[in-house]
Amino acid sequence: MKLAIRDLSKVFVTGTGEQVPALKDISLTVADEEFLCILGPSGCGKTTLLRIIAGLDTPTTGSIEVDGEALDGPSRRIAMIFQEYSLFPWRTVLENVAFGLEMTGNGRGDRLEAAGRYLDLVGLGSFGKSFPFELSGGMRQRVAVARALAIEPAALLMDEPFGALDAQTRNLMQIELQEIWKKTRKTVVFVTHSVDEAVFLADRIVVLTERPGRIREIVPVKKCARPRDRTCADFVEIRRHVLDLIAVGSSD
Amino acid sequence: MRRPLGIILPLLILVVWEIAARLIGNQFILPRLETVVPVLLSPATDILGTGSLLHNAAVSLIRVGAGFLVAIAIAVPLGIGMGWSPRLDAFADTTVQLFRPIPPLAWGPLAIAWFSVGLNSMVFIIFLGAFFPILLNTIDGVRGVKKTWVEVARTLGASEGQVLAKVVLPGAAPTIWTGLRVGFGIAWMCVIAAEWLPGTTSGLGYLTLYAYNFGQMHFIIAGMITIGIIGIAFDLLFRSVEDRWFAWRGSER
Repeated sequence: MKLAIRDLSKVFVTGTGEQVPALKDISLTVADEEFLCILGPSGCGKTTLLRIIAGLDTPTTGSIEVDGEALDGPSRRIAMIFQEYSLFPWRTVLENVAFGLEMTGNGRGDRLEAAGRYLDLVGLGSFGKSFPFELSGGMRQRVAVARALAIEPAALLMDEPFGALDAQTRNLMQIELQEIWKKTRKTVVFVTHSVDEAVFLADRIVVLTERPGRIREIVPVKKCARPRDRTCADFVEIRRHVLDLIAVGSSD
Repeated sequence: MRRPLGIILPLLILVVWEIAARLIGNQFILPRLETVVPVLLSPATDILGTGSLLHNAAVSLIRVGAGFLVAIAIAVPLGIGMGWSPRLDAFADTTVQLFRPIPPLAWGPLAIAWFSVGLNSMVFIIFLGAFFPILLNTIDGVRGVKKTWVEVARTLGASEGQVLAKVVLPGAAPTIWTGLRVGFGIAWMCVIAAEWLPGTTSGLGYLTLYAYNFGQMHFIIAGMITIGIIGIAFDLLFRSVEDRWFAWRGSER
């Protein structure tokens, strides 16, 4: 799925009527099956950008097109994965994954069968009957990924999905996500503030400036072969370049 | 260790009661334990021609059940609406706050005027008692539903109606249930008092008042204990359902 963001700006109005610009003049095209990372300091509006793409917020100006059609509100072609607290605690893991299919009126047998397959895909096939509070943080995010994939979207939006996990689990999840992405060939837009994570995962990295977020530079990472070795020369070089970009941003 | 410790005081109260009853030596002020216990032990025996403890308890419970169900039917949908829509909340909240401090029993005369003596006026008073705790807890529960749950549901294709039915209602259910538990407790208190209204001829509340007219204190105390036991039993019932269905509460992650 091709995603085109055109001249997008977002201004928030606070309770006192003050205007706070969050994003400014963002133009960007995400190619079909591309893994794009959006990187920037806290408060740069990267989550806002993702929420606008998900249809959860509206841009002040500009537009978003999905395969040439203007986006208007949440679409089943685009699924979003949040940082945490997103699983429905009153549903079992399997019922969580089946949620999207329940919304479209698929029969119970059908949707649980499909949910089971996606649960297998993220390696949690035997946890269907568990409840979310019985799982570790990494497992819960895998369930969230399975739930998003189950509606068979063309694009996955991920908002710092591994931000709440410990470093080891985080690395493991990055590798798994890459595997899933290869298998399912989704377009992925992944927001993070970790340079390391972005260089490890992305085809291209969009580096945003501090608030209001603007595109500072789009860094291609393609010359670094997957699965990436964090110690290889290309990886280190790109990583340094991105770190420099962020350092410039914060000294402005 | 807690339970054995908790038993001591009630036993002590029984002992003090019995000693006091013997010292006073007046059945019309404080009857002795051994006159009350037999009444409780034969709950199917008729009392002063008003029916047995069991019969009167059943009558009271049916009244409470009716008022309680009407309260649920109105308070839960209204609470979901007020918790979900700031406009409806702004519209209705002042009215709720104005009526809430009026004790249900204060409606007694109006209830009789509007619904005449009997079941309907009692159901009305019970309804008022249960209504506000259920309403306020439902509003609270809906407001406590995590925004992320709602947004996840929307991105997964849920319509507004599905968001309400599949996310807001189950998400608010534990708090709504707390409202039902509190509401039932108040409804149970209200029925006893409502049965003191003129024209009533049955129910545990009526039984205690009727026994007073004959100076039969041991029947009053037996009735009070029955009222207390039923109240505790329902509270435990509500809590056990809470533990079973809403074990996830407090462990959202």
